[in-house]
Amino acid sequence: MGAPLVEVSDLTKHFPVRKGALGWSTVLVRAVDSISFTLASGHTLGLVGESGCGKTTTSKLILGLERPTAGVIRFAGQDVLALDREGRRHWRRAVQAVFQDPYASLDPRMRVGSIVAEPLVIAGELDAPGRRRRVGELLDLVGLPARAAALYPHEFSGGQRQRIAIARALALSPKLVVLDEPVSALDVSIRAQILNLLTDLQEQLGMSYLFIAHDLAAVAHMSHEVLVMYLGKIVEWGPADAVALRPKHPYTKALFAAALPVDLDGSREEVTLSGEVPSPIAPPGGCRFHPRCPSAMPHCATQAPLLKEVEGRLVACHLY
Amino acid sequence: MEEASPPESVGRPSVLDVRDLGTHIVTRWGRVRAVDGVSFAVGEGETLGLVGESGSGKSMTCLSIVRLVPRPAARIVSGQVLLDGEDLLVKRESEMQGIRGRRVAMILQDPMSSLNPVFSIGMQIREPVASYHGLRGRSLTERATTLLAAVRIPSPAERLRAFPHQLSGGMRQRVVGAMAIAGPPRLLIADEPTTSLDLTIQAQYLNLLKELQERHRLAMIFVTHNLGIVARMCDAVAVMYAGRIVELGPVARIFKAPAHPYTQALLESVPRLGVRAGRLRVIEGQPPDLAHLAPGCAFAPRCPQAMARCRAEAPPETTVGEGHRTRCWLHAAA
Repeated sequence: MGAPLVEVSDLTKHFPVRKGALGWSTVLVRAVDSISFTLASGHTLGLVGESGCGKTTTSKLILGLERPTAGVIRFAGQDVLALDREGRRHWRRAVQAVFQDPYASLDPRMRVGSIVAEPLVIAGELDAPGRRRRVGELLDLVGLPARAAALYPHEFSGGQRQRIAIARALALSPKLVVLDEPVSALDVSIRAQILNLLTDLQEQLGMSYLFIAHDLAAVAHMSHEVLVMYLGKIVEWGPADAVALRPKHPYTKALFAAALPVDLDGSREEVTLSGEVPSPIAPPGGCRFHPRCPSAMPHCATQAPLLKEVEGRLVACHLY
Repeated sequence: MEEASPPESVGRPSVLDVRDLGTHIVTRWGRVRAVDGVSFAVGEGETLGLVGESGSGKSMTCLSIVRLVPRPAARIVSGQVLLDGEDLLVKRESEMQGIRGRRVAMILQDPMSSLNPVFSIGMQIREPVASYHGLRGRSLTERATTLLAAVRIPSPAERLRAFPHQLSGGMRQRVVGAMAIAGPPRLLIADEPTTSLDLTIQAQYLNLLKELQERHRLAMIFVTHNLGIVARMCDAVAVMYAGRIVELGPVARIFKAPAHPYTQALLESVPRLGVRAGRLRVIEGQPPDLAHLAPGCAFAPRCPQAMARCRAEAPPETTVGEGHRTRCWLHAAA
């Protein structure tokens, strides 16, 4: 495995939000609140949680689309915030993304060839014939015919469009690809095709994935490790099988209880949470999950639990 | 409010009995058989899951039941939709207006498309209650409050004054649920009701639907593409492909011994917790273009077990077990 590709320590991102009728006062949304994790080279880290838990903000920070309020992101050993212009260029090229909606992420007025070649043009690496060759290679890699380069996105189905988006993300041979809900918009029978393609590409090319999805069974299937977030905090982080099959944190248990049961008469623990996710503007004190937690204790409301190791994974819960 | 149960013969009479329903859409590219010879029945307190990919005809089947197919392009061309024995397809439009909402209610995917953003929750809940039960004034407000309480909305009396944008997605969908049970209806059609909700909220909503169903003995049609939800909510499941039901049976049988190759592939192509295969089973190819269907079985071009006969003739419906039928030549008697 060697050194981690991505090393995040005490990463924090606060957004100011205007409040009050005239928007005179501002409050802070703690979208990501002092989280630390690592992602090994060639591995997949699954990031799960409900809306507002900070997973998209985390991915944006790693993609360099937002600047952190505090904390350090190290990419291949280097602090990305301390990089010079040239270093930043290298980092931005090594980190690419594939988004949920392949109908929105491809410019309808560009031919597929130009869409896939665009990162190469911006990087200014190859001349025109070289780019054409590279586009042909990339289309082949994602299982599209070479003649696709001359067509427009509307001539493709959802699954094929997602292949185009993947080809574009791979153009600069990235070390990390952020996959933000890559199959949610696709039909059930097409999802398996794309998930298998992503697995094959990782085996061939050896890049890391940061995989964000609502479908927990898909996350568990794709990931080496799973990180569960709740209101900007990490609640559980560990090997995918341990987290998915033997979850420890009450929140993780409830999340995975909602996923497809292993078999129909399986004795899966049924955990249904009461209430809704509180506003991240005023998160509850102590453990942020305590108002909804079925096993909350008095001190959960006052002391924030720290991550500690329990049966091969890290859990932030006073039960352990 | 008790409906007299129809004095019908033996067994539990079906609330909804759909027979050979056909809905066609006329497009520039030809006639699309969006719903083609669909038959199923749902009894009191029963839930039928309707699964399939986009374009398979799930939603069109539901819209045909309440006769809300997009006119003039779409037409119901054949069949019967029997609600407690009465055929809805021969009713006058004015009669249908008394049936929609009151006897057949729907919950759709996006609660904001069911709620009017410029009216308060109270106004929107009072409206169906007033028209169904003729209540007015205090008793109307009381009834509306009771309905909101029934869908577990905290402090219901105050919420009547709230507007849809002031509620979270889960709460809005609860309000839609409250309006749906105002009748209370005999049949509830839930078309992907939890797709837009967060996972833990989804679990809450599913539990709520079950509770409402038990209390009012509702017959329910649950449209979804999430097989996990089917396993948890439904008694029977109908799998649709290209406008037809290719397999229908009790949930336990469909999950354990699926008969149709499409159902088998669908179940195997979904990642499951605890089953760690390196690769997922893939259904090759794309869902078919309904305007250009070849003769024979619509799944044949993607089917790993397709035979010459599958491409020539559409398979008939065959019973393969108790309450379990499929359309596939592999099971059809020769």
